[in-house]
Order: sequence, then C-alpha cells, then structure tokens
Amino acid sequence: METKVISANRLEDGIVVYITKDNNWSECISDAEVFNDEAACDEALSKAYTAEEACIVVGSYLVEIEQKGEYYNPTKYREFIRVIGPTVRPDLARQVRS
Amino acid sequence: MYVYNLVDQSLVNQRVQQFRDQVRRRLSGELNEEEFKPLRLMNGLYLQLHAYMLRVAIPYGTLSSKQMRALAHIAVRYDKGYGHFTTRQNLQFNWPKLKETPDILADLADVQMHAFQTSGNCIRNVTADQYAGVAVEEIADPRITAEVVRQWSTLHPEFSFLPRKFKIAVTGSKRDRAAVRVHDIGLIIKINEAGEMGYEVIVGGGLGRTPIVGVTIREFLPQQFLLSYLESILRIYNQIGRRDNIYKARIKIVIHELGAKEFTRRVEKEWKTIRDTAIDLPVGEYERIRAFFAPLPYQSLPKNDAGFSHLEFENQDFSHWVRGNTLPHRQSGYSIANISLKPIGGIPGDASAKQMEVVADLAEKFSFGEIRVAHEQNLVLPHVKQTDLYSIWNTLKEHNLATPNLGLISDIIACPGMDYCSLATARSIPLAQDISNRFSNLRRQNDIGELSVNISGCINACGHHHVGHIGLLGVDRKGEEYYQVTIGGSADENASIGEIIGPAIPYDEVVDAIERVVETYVDLRAKNESFIDAYRRVGKQPFKENLYVTN
Repeated sequence: METKVISANRLEDGIVVYITKDNNWSECISDAEVFNDEAACDEALSKAYTAEEACIVVGSYLVEIEQKGEYYNPTKYREFIRVIGPTVRPDLARQVRS
Repeated sequence: MYVYNLVDQSLVNQRVQQFRDQVRRRLSGELNEEEFKPLRLMNGLYLQLHAYMLRVAIPYGTLSSKQMRALAHIAVRYDKGYGHFTTRQNLQFNWPKLKETPDILADLADVQMHAFQTSGNCIRNVTADQYAGVAVEEIADPRITAEVVRQWSTLHPEFSFLPRKFKIAVTGSKRDRAAVRVHDIGLIIKINEAGEMGYEVIVGGGLGRTPIVGVTIREFLPQQFLLSYLESILRIYNQIGRRDNIYKARIKIVIHELGAKEFTRRVEKEWKTIRDTAIDLPVGEYERIRAFFAPLPYQSLPKNDAGFSHLEFENQDFSHWVRGNTLPHRQSGYSIANISLKPIGGIPGDASAKQMEVVADLAEKFSFGEIRVAHEQNLVLPHVKQTDLYSIWNTLKEHNLATPNLGLISDIIACPGMDYCSLATARSIPLAQDISNRFSNLRRQNDIGELSVNISGCINACGHHHVGHIGLLGVDRKGEEYYQVTIGGSADENASIGEIIGPAIPYDEVVDAIERVVETYVDLRAKNESFIDAYRRVGKQPFKENLYVTN
C-alpha cells in the first residue's frame, strides 16, 4: 500500500491541516502521522471523523504521499498545491518545513 | 443606482442575524456539516482548496464608491488584502474564516450588499451589460429590468430549490456585452413598431459540460408581462428539470430533450394561467425603480475638447490607453473608461484592497461615484468627462491599472483554477500569465487585434472557454496538466461555441501553440479582418494543421 496521511480543513477558518501522531491537527504536512497499511488508515480516519464530530475539522480524507526522509510530498499535484498554497501567490505560501 | 428601502435593508439585516446563529450552531456542533452546508451555500460561502471562499453579489455588476471601499475594507480586515472579480460580475474573497463570516455579511449589509444566492440551486446574480445606461448604441437601459428581476428572484419561495443553478442576463443593446445567448434565460430589450418596450426571450443557453447557445422562445414579450413570463419558464423547469443527475439538471438539457417547440408550448400554456395576475409589476413600481436610474446631471460639453486632443497628441502612452480602453459615451464630452485588471503577467480579475480604494476614489471624483464590473473581469468608470481622462489615467498607471489591452490577446479571462478551486482539474492562472507575457508587446497585440482568450480550469467552464475566440480547458492526464484547445467561440450577439481543434496539449507546449494559432491567423487574414471573422471564413483546418505541427 502507498504511504498516506490524513488531511482536512479546519472548521473555524477552513485552513488545510493534517492529523498528527498525538491526534492533533497541524498546518504543516511534515508533522503529519504517516500510515502504511489499510488498518492504520481506517483507524486514523475513524479518529478524524471523531474530530469532525467535535467540530475541529471538516472533510477528512486520505492523501497519498512520497516520503523522502523528513519530506512528505503528495503524489497528486492538487494535494501539493494544498500544501504550498496558490502557486501564483508565493507571498501567501504557508510556512511548511517540508 | 438602486438604493435599498426599509424592506430591502431589513431583509439583509435579518439574513445576517440568521446566518450568525447558524454559524454559532455549526461551531458548537448543534448543526453538523451535512445540515450546515446548504445554509452556508445560501450565503455564498464555499469550502475550497485552501480555505473558505465567499462570493459577494454585485447586482448586474454595478456598485458605488462606498461599496467598493467596503469590499477593500473586508479584504484587509478579514482576508489577505485582495479579491477576485468573476465572470458573473461578482467578487470572491478566498480566505474568510467561518467564524468571521457573519461579521463580513454585517459589513456588507451596512453598504446594501450581501452574498445571497451566489451559490446553490436557485436564481443567481442577474448580470447585464457593463455599459448599461451609457452605451451610444443602447436601445434601453437594462439595469431597470435587471433590478426588477433581482427583486423578483431574491428569496422567491417557489424557486429556492430548483433542480440546479439558474442564471439570467439582460442586454439593452444590439451589441451583446452580457453574453445573453449562453445563459439559462437571456433577455434582449427591444422596441416594437408601436414604440412599446419588450424583450426577446432566449432560453436554454449555457456552458459547462454541455455548451449550448440558447433558443428564442418568444420574439417579443411586452415589458408589462416580464415577471409572469419568467415565472412560467421557471415553473416548467422546476416541474420537469432532472433532479437525479446534477450533470443533466440545467434547463438547457430540458429543452434539448423536450425540444424547443414543446418547451415553448408548455411555457405559453402556463403563462396563460398567470398573466394579468398580481405577479406582473404595476406600472408605478417600474417607474419607482426606473427613477433610480434617471439620467445623471451631466454637464453640457463639446464632443471633442481641444485640451484633451492636445494631451493625446503629446503623450503616446496616454493616447494608446484612450484608444484602447475608452469608448464614446451617450453624453457629448463624456467617455466610458475601462480599467484593466489584466496587467501583463498579472492574475486576471484580481484586485488588491489598495487598487479597490483607488478605483473607489476615482469613481467618487470623476464618475458620479459609480463603478461597473464586466464579465470579462475588468472594471469600468461609466461616466467620466473627456477632460478628466488624463488625470484618471495617471492615477491608474501608478497602481498598475492602466494596461491598454481591452479586448486584446492579453485581456485574458480565467477562472481561479486549481490554484484555488476544489473542483479544478488544472491550473488556469499561470497559463494566463505565460500567454500574457509572451504577447506583452503592445504593438503586436494591436496588430493582432480583437482576440479573446478564455481559460477554464475544469469542465465547469467558469472561465467561459467555450465562448472564447481561443478557449483553453485544463484537464488532468495521468497527473499532468493538459489543455484542450477550442477556437471560434464568441459570447456576443453572434454567439458560437468554440470547436475542439484536436488532442489536448501539455502545459509546456500551450503558449507556443497559441503563438502558432495567432501566426496562422495573421498569415491568412484579409485586410482588417478580425480573428473570429477569419476563423469563420476559413474554418478550423488551417489552424489545426499548424497547431499540431511538430518540429
């Protein structure tokens, strides 16, 4: 199975976030917990849906990534744009460590 | 401009309070997302790729300096300092926070604005000619009709749950600047032989997955029956429009499947039952609304001012801007001044808060406080004295708003695309920037002449690529951005849907491909023949041959 992370939008402001190991949500994809098997994905999605019910996030889903050391690069361009922000506004680029 | 009365103001104020409570309940969990989503869409609030997006209604593209300043304030206070003017004459903010959106709506309500019905399966913002009331060739001002339709359609109890979105456009000129033939309903104002005002009613136009030019179902509808006739059309659509498949739910599909003749028969039959009832507006109400659009206190000025002519002669850059971006006005000594939101290499339709404030100031000082938004994503100062054009131009120049490219190849129309939109399959803005940079030379642009390039980031066609002289549709081919090229589209009174020329082209090859299309046109055009006329004369073959030539 491909390596995945979970992404969503934060409910109160819509900002893109990723679920972390300690069950928080970070704007930084390199803070995201990584999943390598289906069971782990299902368990994590379950936690994400709990966060939706708790009105923390909305619209959780799995994002396929390539993990290169500490860098997590989404394999789909759309998800890459979600990480870096609009490609035409580098001044609005989100602060990401990856 | 129309000014709210107590009823109008109460409506927007109540909606703010209602939405404020809905947001509170969403954030507290009393409403889940499934329950909340239709409510936020009713207030124009989408959840997009990076954040929420709020679409503010600008009725028939008309706003005041005060309203523009409010939009600038919202951009600074609640967003990231800019907004995007759309192909439906609205404004989009890309970064509002859900918890602050009620405050944004409250600020909008303070200046008689809102975000009603800019989303959802309802009648959307009514659009009109951006030169309404001032175009030389205008038959009648479409703003009165647009305002009547706006009021009729706002929170209409029967049409708040249509099969799909519904878009209405109005034009009062023979030259169609409102793209009425590619709207769900298009209204063309006419005067019959008896001197009575009425409308040609066109139904079933649209873009998106199934682009179609609308059909005329009534050649002349007397003005007094406008609302009952619109009501009849909407009733039939509401009854038989498909609700099982969102891709087949627009009225254009109904007409395509039923046939225009049968559709018209049903509309006329329905109309007979409701015409001459209270649905139609009393004459007095038309006159009340018309009074808001009465001629302004223009000065009596000569057609051509010697001082202005001298400035044009002395300053080549000013002259280019006048020739490219201004048009004659109905009133002698006045001009229509277009403000390009397409600087070379810029983002089509975007304006910073500072630029909005500058435009607001210019409008207040020089244009009776009025601004228009064109569906081509530019702005207009509709009432400026010829003698003020030089001052206006100097200010516009300082703020990167004076690119003299109206209707030229760098006046590109582009949706936000995959840089912003969760529906998109490819980016549109960077391609617009690359094309703009390639054709940056003004002399070359003017030599090419009138040429619209429209770019959509997905099949939903928000960039109106189907009606671009050159249309580009972004698609995803195994993770790569490719672009389908169409040629020969037109949004005006000779509306046509562009033809697909051949296989889609990868991003890196598109600009060169456009270059070859332009060169093909320049090589084969007759004297003074425009791009679209040349295409219609020779067909797609010469363009296809050169578009796909390999070195």
